[in-house]
Amino acid sequence: MTRILVFANQQGDSLSSGAKEALAFGSRLASSTGGEVRSVTLGPLAEAGAREAIANGASIAYTISNPLLTEYDVELFVNSIHTVFEQSGSDILILSFDKIGKDLVGRIATRAGASAITEVVNYSANSDKVSWIRPIYGDKAFGEYSTTRPKVVVGIRQKSQDVIVQDETSKGEIIEVDYAPSEEMIVTKLVVKIQAALSDIRLEDARIIISGGRGLGGPEGFTELQVLANLLGGTVGASRAACDAGWVPSNLQVGQTGAVVAPDLYIAVGISGASQHLAGITNAKTVVAINTDPEATIFKRANIGVVADYKSVIQALTEKLKKVLV
Amino acid sequence: MHIVVCLKQVLDPEITPKYFKIDPDTNRPENSDTDLVLDSFAENALELAIQLRDKVPGATVTALCLGDEESEEVLRRALAFTANAAVRVWDEEWENLDGQAVGHILAQTIKSLGGAQLVLTGYQASDIEEGLVGPVMAEELGIPCVTLVSELEVEENSAKATVEVEGGYAVVSVATPAVFTIISSESNVPRLPKVKDIRLARSKPITLLESEDLNLDRESCQPGVKLERAYVLNREVACEVLPGDDGAELASELADRLLALKIL
Ligand SMILES: Cc1cc2nc3c(=O)[nH]c(=O)nc-3n(C[C@H](O)[C@H](O)[C@H](O)COP(=O)(O)OP(=O)(O)OC[C@H]3O[C@@H](n4cnc5c(N)ncnc54)[C@H](O)[C@@H]3O)c2cc1C
Ligand SMILES: Nc1ncnc2c1ncn2[C@@H]1O[C@H](COP(=O)(O)O)[C@@H](O)[C@H]1O
Repeated sequence: MTRILVFANQQGDSLSSGAKEALAFGSRLASSTGGEVRSVTLGPLAEAGAREAIANGASIAYTISNPLLTEYDVELFVNSIHTVFEQSGSDILILSFDKIGKDLVGRIATRAGASAITEVVNYSANSDKVSWIRPIYGDKAFGEYSTTRPKVVVGIRQKSQDVIVQDETSKGEIIEVDYAPSEEMIVTKLVVKIQAALSDIRLEDARIIISGGRGLGGPEGFTELQVLANLLGGTVGASRAACDAGWVPSNLQVGQTGAVVAPDLYIAVGISGASQHLAGITNAKTVVAINTDPEATIFKRANIGVVADYKSVIQALTEKLKKVLV
Repeated sequence: MHIVVCLKQVLDPEITPKYFKIDPDTNRPENSDTDLVLDSFAENALELAIQLRDKVPGATVTALCLGDEESEEVLRRALAFTANAAVRVWDEEWENLDGQAVGHILAQTIKSLGGAQLVLTGYQASDIEEGLVGPVMAEELGIPCVTLVSELEVEENSAKATVEVEGGYAVVSVATPAVFTIISSESNVPRLPKVKDIRLARSKPITLLESEDLNLDRESCQPGVKLERAYVLNREVACEVLPGDDGAELASELADRLLALKIL
């Protein structure tokens, strides 16, 4: 039987979206391997997190409710999660490979003498043998990995899992772990935290996104996209090339190193369709591409293609839709 | 102050998907001999290392690469960026290392170089994107690791790092020595090396270290993961290209299609 431990990170008193994805992945894996899922939550609100983890499939929920764990600290979290990983006798530790997970996976794995695998999106289970599936080479290919050590720490790619429909009636045991991290362990101090200016609609939540790339030739083109986006109740995104050129702020970047989005409609304007860009729109429903080059890779991902200069299309499209929609 | 920056040679991430193929016998990209470049986040780390050195009198930068002879290209590039020294570590047996094994070997190499106040890496290499080498090295060296760093200011025994966190940025202060994994930012855009420095870089020495020169743990040099199979997934969609070449007509046709989708 595989024993799966999931680190369920909290944001305030509820689980982070990454934690829910990690729990969903763990539950799926448990049902294919005949294993069970346990969770670990940290900090004074750990018990609320534990209950939510149980509703998301955990059968045993470990907590360390020490007040030192109120704010994220890398050393304290590495020590605490590692302790629970060892004490629970788990074989597999699953974490979201989100910003915090990027701190944790390599360190906990090395400390535990476990294998480490990151950016995992799926697995394949054959009797007791599990292999881990993840994109490689900027999403141009997939790799299937086996592990060579008895234990493994797995980082799940963000936005790659459907979360479980919570079941508040599911039962599980909450166990407070006897472990006290100490202040001396802390080596990084927070000086200041700056909340990024949020646009009206977060890219991640937008139903309609109109993205511009290098083909727009400058920041002015983005003004046209913004007018269309406003009309449609959508928001504007960009390729890395457009962000790097300074035409739009970098928090508009869509892709592997930017936002991963899943809108109903994604319009790519003057974007060639590099694999790293497409990595951000894997789950977009309808993709429209407007590009002067009929050979552009984006047409292999788009459902509807328009081969034309965007300047001749966007304004005309906005005018036409205005007549119908307003 | 000694700064070590770790540089990896990778397959050019911008290669056109059309030309990207996996060789089923080796599980490696078919064109792996051609377009090899310095990993882009590692290049950001290199740029930052040089900038920091130039601010602190007496500071030096060592560029470090684990790789075969071909990967000396990335060290030449670092020398053209005016890195003070270049070190390559390699052993024929290291064909299939994973990030953890690389982290162990690089950490032992840094020890044999007498340590470093700052160890800089890219946050995720643009080929496999394991994102493990930095944190693993920190664990092996017993020093802190700060990930997703866009800016770095060095003080006597500490450093202030601007890091990306959920929903924004944070500035953290950390005791050095420490490892920092670097993301791209406005302040670390790689420079265009001067022609003179490129020429000088060609004749500068690159130190080669082999496994017997290092205090390696056999077990830690074994990869923890093994690539069993790699494949290109065909995600091509049948695209309906709207006919015609008049912008206004295309726009009108597109508007009709979008309205028909019933999402507007
Ligand atoms: C490690 C790494 C991570 C990366 N992460 C990301 C990421 O998260 N997101 C991302 O987007 N990129 C990312 N990239 C960069 C990516 O590889 C591409 O370089 C980038 O996406 C290209 O942007 P683009 O399509 O706007 O530019 P280009 O590739 O230059 O394409 C411009 C397109 O515009 C078309 N065009 C030109 N003029 C017009 C016109 N008048 N009207 C209509 N079309 C026109 C051209 O035909 C062309 O197809 C990453 C790269 C690396 C190495
Ligand atoms: N073989 C290597 N030699 C030197 N540095 C490396 C090597 N592999 C990875 N790195 C460094 O570690 C960073 C992250 O790589 P990875 O953990 O493989 O995603 C890279 O950007 C490099 O800075």
